[in-house]
Amino acid sequence: MAMDEIVDGLSEVSCDVLVIGGGTAGPMAALKAKMKNPKANVVLLEKANVKRSGAISMGMDGLNNAVIPGYATPEQYTKEITIANDGIVDQKAVYKYAQSCYGIIEELDSFGIRFLKNENGDYAVKKVHHIGTYVLPMPNGETVKKALYRQLRRARILISNRYMATRLLKSSDGRIAGAVSVNTRTAEILVIKAKAVILCMGAAGRLGLPTSGYMFGTYENAANSGDGYAMAYHAGAALANLECFQINPLIKDYNGPACAYVAGPFGAYTANNEDRRFIECDYWSGQMMLEFYNELLSGKGPVFLQLKHLHDKTIEEIEHTLHKVERPTRGLFQEGRGVDYRKESIEMHISEIGFCSGHSASGVFVDDNARTTVPGLYAAGDMASVPHNYMLGAFTNGSFAGLDAMEFADSHDFGEIDAGEIALERERVMAPTKREDGIPPNQIEYKTRRLVNDYLQPPKVTRKYELGMRRLAEVREDMQECMIARNAHELLRALEVQSIMDCADMAAHASLFREESRWGLYHWRTDFPEKDNENWFCHTLLSKQDGRMTSEKREVQPYVVPIADDEKDLYDKQRIRASA
Amino acid sequence: MPLATYQTSVPVVVDDAKCIADKGCTVCVDVCPLDVLRISDMTGKAFMAYDECWYCMPCEADCPTGAVTVNIPYLLR
Repeated sequence: MAMDEIVDGLSEVSCDVLVIGGGTAGPMAALKAKMKNPKANVVLLEKANVKRSGAISMGMDGLNNAVIPGYATPEQYTKEITIANDGIVDQKAVYKYAQSCYGIIEELDSFGIRFLKNENGDYAVKKVHHIGTYVLPMPNGETVKKALYRQLRRARILISNRYMATRLLKSSDGRIAGAVSVNTRTAEILVIKAKAVILCMGAAGRLGLPTSGYMFGTYENAANSGDGYAMAYHAGAALANLECFQINPLIKDYNGPACAYVAGPFGAYTANNEDRRFIECDYWSGQMMLEFYNELLSGKGPVFLQLKHLHDKTIEEIEHTLHKVERPTRGLFQEGRGVDYRKESIEMHISEIGFCSGHSASGVFVDDNARTTVPGLYAAGDMASVPHNYMLGAFTNGSFAGLDAMEFADSHDFGEIDAGEIALERERVMAPTKREDGIPPNQIEYKTRRLVNDYLQPPKVTRKYELGMRRLAEVREDMQECMIARNAHELLRALEVQSIMDCADMAAHASLFREESRWGLYHWRTDFPEKDNENWFCHTLLSKQDGRMTSEKREVQPYVVPIADDEKDLYDKQRIRASA
Repeated sequence: MPLATYQTSVPVVVDDAKCIADKGCTVCVDVCPLDVLRISDMTGKAFMAYDECWYCMPCEADCPTGAVTVNIPYLLR
């Protein structure tokens, strides 16, 4: 039978811990769960192929948030991330990460993943953040996925590639009981019963539409369509601060990082069309993005990453990293445009919006053990709410999730699953394949994401949001009533666009709930232009209650590391002041 | 509603002379994060069946015979 031909089938399996998503956090979660109880069955489910899936498909050029003894302390890092997030942080999880990440670096080193060291054999950490020093280059960072895969095979983790999870299953007591998934090449349904489930499904990277108009030309791996956010939402889990969007400064059109974290420590900087610096610090914060946005619109744009003043050998070293790791086609792109970093600056632009705790503060709400608000359900990596995670955060929080989930699985039996629920989900998943005639998923997706750009992108205007939500509701109706999938691959896209639509609705709902401006560009509401600490110094939690999208406030937990009053606004002072 | 076929020039190009998919190789099809590559029934060689590319490179990097080339999609070139 030909690949992509639709097979109407259903099978069931069970395991102790189910990890969904084999990118960065997922493999680490699976490994740690298995190490904790080697007799248990751990299944790693992946929509693509674990060998090359996720944000680090082609590796990573460095650790952006390494807390390494001698360079930084957990206290200092926790303080920096708190300030960078306008104070809306549950520090316990950030502090635990900061204390544990060095151990994870050493573990990754033992897997054969190499980090930059100086002549004394110490890690060569660089400064990019506003206050502290946390960036550790990985000149051989292209080996990350291979090294992880070797560990997974050695630990006998059961890997199921090309299965897309669609919904979580819960037992009547509200505990997690498993997940429904669908084979992306045959459309066969696989139901997986599990005692604990860990979601590691990445960012919502296909939310806004890139300015190039190419739907898959996103900053995030385009496979990261926000399925984890949608699944957590439908399972009743709370999602935190979704109004804190992810927006990044990227190479214009290419839509990948330039990358200031790599080039900055060598002396590269962000400049305007007068070749002048205009921001104090290249670390990606909402406040920095607001200055970037203002400069683009000020008449002093475009904005550039400036390297041409650097020594030829230095540029060669930067090129070696940029064109080999993370997004290796950067070199090909610049070559095509005839851009030589020695002569010309790199034109930058701001990205479309997305959700990603890798760089912002939104995501499925988790505590310092990666537990969501649903018993037995965990989340880690870019989709979970620990702010400014990056790759090392995904590994470290993934490790917390794996350990705690196995403990949960060891002390619980399988939850009961209602057969009727599975039948309903099967019907929902397969619906686009049952129609003779209708609208293909690519058109539904394009329209949804175009509306996200037109109405939801900051600055956020209440009237625009109200109109946007009406338009999105019309497209949702088309999606539910008329979308067709003529083969299994199209069904994969049809399911993804349903996640994208859910994320668009959540982005709009969460943004309207928080009636203030915060996090610079990420949540800039023109109708409420000021920060309002009196009423809004809190998290917002979005969840599905009685079938409806609901938002509520949640107190910021008492700080572990106190922040002095004169430190609180350090990230608000991003613009370089004109010298007298 | 009737459907039309929408033409696009695709970014991933396979050199049929070097591709050994007809000998059973499926590496590029296996590793693609977006699952856009397929083996042609007619030629037995790999090709890009869906224009949904993140220009990320595993197909080119992992191909054992150097048959695959990833170009930048035309719209953002």
